[in-house]
Amino acid sequence: MIKASRIRESYGDRLFLIGVYTFLIMVTIIVLFPLIFIISSSFSSPQAVVSGKVWLLPVDFTLEGYKAVFRNPQIVFGYLNSLYYTVIGTAVNVALTVMLAYPLARKTFYGRNFIMVLLVITMMFEGGLIPLYLVVKNLHILDTRWAMILPGAMAVFQVIVARTFFQTTIPEEIAEAAELDGCSDIRFITSMVIPLSKPILAVLTLMYAVGHWNAYFDALIFLKSAELFPLQIVLRNILILNSIDPTMVSNVDQMLAQQGLKDLLKYSLIVVASAPVLIIYPFVQKHFVKGVMIGSLKG
Amino acid sequence: MQKRIRKPETSLQGQPHEPALPDSKSSLRFIGKKMKRHWQLYLVVFLPLLYLVIFKYIPMSGVVIAFKEYNVIQGIWGSPWVGLKYFDQFFESPNFWLYLKNTLGINMYGLLVGFPAPILLALALNEIRNGFFKSSVQMITYAPYFISTVIMVSILIVTLSPSVGIISKFTQILGIENTNFMGIPSLFKSIYVWSDVWQFSGYGAIIYIAALAGVNPELYESAKVDGASRMQKIFNIDLPSLIPVSVILLILNLGNFMKVGFEKVYLMQNPLNISTSEVISTYVYKVGLLSSSFSFSTAIGFFNSIINLILLVSVNYIAKKLSSSSLW
Repeated sequence: MIKASRIRESYGDRLFLIGVYTFLIMVTIIVLFPLIFIISSSFSSPQAVVSGKVWLLPVDFTLEGYKAVFRNPQIVFGYLNSLYYTVIGTAVNVALTVMLAYPLARKTFYGRNFIMVLLVITMMFEGGLIPLYLVVKNLHILDTRWAMILPGAMAVFQVIVARTFFQTTIPEEIAEAAELDGCSDIRFITSMVIPLSKPILAVLTLMYAVGHWNAYFDALIFLKSAELFPLQIVLRNILILNSIDPTMVSNVDQMLAQQGLKDLLKYSLIVVASAPVLIIYPFVQKHFVKGVMIGSLKG
Repeated sequence: MQKRIRKPETSLQGQPHEPALPDSKSSLRFIGKKMKRHWQLYLVVFLPLLYLVIFKYIPMSGVVIAFKEYNVIQGIWGSPWVGLKYFDQFFESPNFWLYLKNTLGINMYGLLVGFPAPILLALALNEIRNGFFKSSVQMITYAPYFISTVIMVSILIVTLSPSVGIISKFTQILGIENTNFMGIPSLFKSIYVWSDVWQFSGYGAIIYIAALAGVNPELYESAKVDGASRMQKIFNIDLPSLIPVSVILLILNLGNFMKVGFEKVYLMQNPLNISTSEVISTYVYKVGLLSSSFSFSTAIGFFNSIINLILLVSVNYIAKKLSSSSLW
């Protein structure tokens, strides 16, 4: 008879909960609507897009926009360049991050406090744009693929996150035991630390890879040759600066068709450029959440 | 007599694990031995440290060109000193106050709206017990985080465009003429800030949700027994338990106060909105790289960093005084 744990929700509380649900449903719609609108537009005919007939679902379903996207050599090259920068850049990022973070997690590593101070200083103060540009220039890597990889080869914040992870998951005792068995430090890292650290390696890889895929600023300041441009710069030229090769337009009729196609192309391009990240998103979301949470631990 | 002899002994006993180090020479030898035993770790950190020196510390020393008349032939160290010439030039330019006002304005607005938004979302999500609804909302609101800045600005341009944009469809229905929202100077700040809220609130909420999940359930139990309403529970349990993490995040946000937004602001700029959209960091880029005034641009950037550093240190100091949480 006595069920003390069940206290009935009051009228006000139920009203409050309805309010909470309404709020969350509205937030979800606001976030989702522009995304659906863009995807639907990208599958609609140019006329439907320009005349504003698209609301939620595609009108006059067509793949014209996507065909136009993949016919454009700039976009295809940009895509391949971005893929290159993402793969190589992420590999370098993760390697350097682990190489610094693991020794910093070891208590027997003399000088780690000094290195930590060096790291934290770079988070608070930086030379700025021009001095960095001059360094890149003096290294003679301006306008090469190296300029997309080396200046951002490591993120200090991620080093601190990884160090915290190593400190909390790999006890000092294992390292000591391995040492007694005659295991060298490098061998310990490759055959013990790395296999034990798959979660943090996954998190670092994802964070860095998304960063590389979305980066445009490095390319804007360090690259001049169009054949090295990553996708984001190509996107900026087409979507924001509105520049499409004028030689493709020969007469007025074609120009009008082109105008409609240009608007359609924008929507398709947005979808194509975001696709890789959004497709893997449901599979990696768990890791990302974990990454944010590891990052929130005090280092 | 005996007591006097024992005194040094007891102080040694206080730290039994500390090896006895009679003089500094042997302590150096001790460190040397330790370093020798772990020489491979020093080998491993060499490359990352080299990176720090080349791409972080050399640029830091490069700020001296703000005090020099930099020219390419003489290089950074050979160029003549000019003292504060470029700082004076910046402070005296009529645009200085405008750019400072824009920078501070956009950031203040962004902080006022962008800081509470993820907290609000986290509190609302925390009220929901239903697993599927909760995780769907979380996943959907988190997704825009992955959209790149270029794409985000493109989305803004297409949705706000007067011809094909979805917003102008609504205004058409209401009988208002097509407007080019991106070209209205007074709207720039709002578009910037609210699109950031749209993109980053879901991501920002994660950390608060984690903090709320860590609240001792007994607190809720006893609140329930005491007959607290959901509102009272939020104000008396949830919000206080979010204070430590929000203070840290607030300090981190303020640490980026002056540099925030170069990438997005630069992309959102157009000739029509430039009066409200030019901020110090975009000005640094234009002056420095587009018109090659390296010294002038570095001086402005240096000024920006100093303000930023002062803000960070003082906010951290205040946070330490007022609450126990701080960055250091």
